[in-house]
Amino acid sequence: MEKPLTQHISFNRPAFHLKDYERVGGYEAFRKCLTLPPAEITALVQESDLKGRGGAGFNTGMKWSFVPMTGDYRHKYLIANADEMEPGTFKDRMLMEGNPHQLLEGMMIAAYAIQADISYVFLRWAYRKAARLLDRAIAEAYEAGYLGSNIRKSGYGLEMYLHTGVGRYICGEETALLNALEGKRATPRSKPPFPQISGLFGQPTIVNNVETLCNLPPLLNNGPDWYKSLSRGQDAGTKLYGVSGHVKKPGLWELPMGTPMEELLQDYAGGMQDGYQFRGALPGGASTDFLVHQHMSVALDYQSVAAAGSRLGTGTMIVLDDRTCPVGFVHNLEHFFAQESCGWCTPCREGLPWTEKILHSIEEGRGSPYDLELLSTHCQQLGPGHTFCALAPGAMEPLQSVLKYFREDFENHITYHRCPWRH
Amino acid sequence: MKAKQSLTDSEIAAIEKEILRVPLPRAACIEAMKIVQEHRGWISDDTLTLLADHLGMSTAELDSIATFYNLIFREPVGRHVILLCDSISCYVMGYEKIYLTLSDLLHIRFGETTADGRFTLLPNVCLGACDQAPAMMIDEDTYPRLQAQQLAHILSTYP
Repeated sequence: MEKPLTQHISFNRPAFHLKDYERVGGYEAFRKCLTLPPAEITALVQESDLKGRGGAGFNTGMKWSFVPMTGDYRHKYLIANADEMEPGTFKDRMLMEGNPHQLLEGMMIAAYAIQADISYVFLRWAYRKAARLLDRAIAEAYEAGYLGSNIRKSGYGLEMYLHTGVGRYICGEETALLNALEGKRATPRSKPPFPQISGLFGQPTIVNNVETLCNLPPLLNNGPDWYKSLSRGQDAGTKLYGVSGHVKKPGLWELPMGTPMEELLQDYAGGMQDGYQFRGALPGGASTDFLVHQHMSVALDYQSVAAAGSRLGTGTMIVLDDRTCPVGFVHNLEHFFAQESCGWCTPCREGLPWTEKILHSIEEGRGSPYDLELLSTHCQQLGPGHTFCALAPGAMEPLQSVLKYFREDFENHITYHRCPWRH
Repeated sequence: MKAKQSLTDSEIAAIEKEILRVPLPRAACIEAMKIVQEHRGWISDDTLTLLADHLGMSTAELDSIATFYNLIFREPVGRHVILLCDSISCYVMGYEKIYLTLSDLLHIRFGETTADGRFTLLPNVCLGACDQAPAMMIDEDTYPRLQAQQLAHILSTYP
């Protein structure tokens, strides 16, 4: 099984320096790109069907294709979104701690394709080890002439900076991230204009997730047909899948896109710990709908998970077991979303704390049947189309599905005025 | 009368370096607050005003940004800051027990600082260590797979 994202990652040795990475073929793809017209690279990436790994799953090459390639711009920007903060998600950390140079090379390829002259890694503060390694890697890349002006005598120049954030989940939303980089409150921006036209400091900008960018060097080395052939499912490539919760071997694995859920849980995560039964899972972070027993055969790719009523999201699964209260589980999620709402739009700012309070009262045995109606109303009112960005609709995904699959547990809390798991 | 405080030369030098990278000085305000917090531990009202003046912003505007971000501290914090993950994987794996133990050992709750100024205890969103939950950070160090009985020892290594 080919593992283009993780083949150069081993935690039994320090992460590669630039020279080590070059020895295994690193930066070959970028050197090749420098000899190709940028539009050709965008077309190759678009043809390969690499989809954004941050959660939205949009075709990466198509995203780039909206960047204007003519006209006079002061700057163009390429940003690696390394603000990984989706609860249950720990994949970009591994890529950056394991092989920071592959991310840098991916950024260089993307930057060249859109002819960006400035690039940023927007890294969350908590990833201290990644920050140290990226700092070192960027310095090495400058020294080796992969960054700076007139790279390898191509006439193309690129600067790269590491920016570490100061918290807040909303910074992962790409337009909020741009405001954070501009030194503002990280509230999302209205679209259009899209960042491709008017992004950082009003200039054309692409924001790509770390895992997305790490796909680019192997993709450019081997071509779109190879990239598509890696997959077992309906979308191309490999995917970093994670599992956390009461499984025997929680962890992270690079597997063909479209690996079935049952295989991930049984063969890789080792099944449930003794004494715990599987009840459900969020397939790709906190803002995805539950999948349950009936979905075990679902292929974990964007299209198949969507057909099952959820989203692949970040591909890192959180397991709900029979010894954890589903009301408490979702209460924890909604507490997170209420806290992390940026406060810009009213439905999100007011609706999420309300949702959290209702769940708290149900969990404490103070709920009423009407509360379930109220929660369902929130799922509508905070759903897609009612809010400024995707935070609140994301928050409603686990809520609407917990009410669908675990309604009886909610009703028991209300009928017996207590949490069966706590008392 | 108290002498007017000012930013130190090394703070100003570091801030000026950041300003060079951006089109407007104010765009470097988050970096500037990080730099000053690194030196002073937190951002006091006086410090905020000094910074705002330096960047050509109003104090209120800079405060609206400072208070948006959870890792800019507008109150004094202890010598060591504990960030305990309270997000979903750590919830499932029992962060609440870790919290209660820390709270017992330090006699503080979330958001508080010990009387001797040694530790501040804060909840934090997912630390991205979900396969090794429950997890926390103390200063720059991450502690995975926490068990309540380890905590006293871990804390003892932070004077």
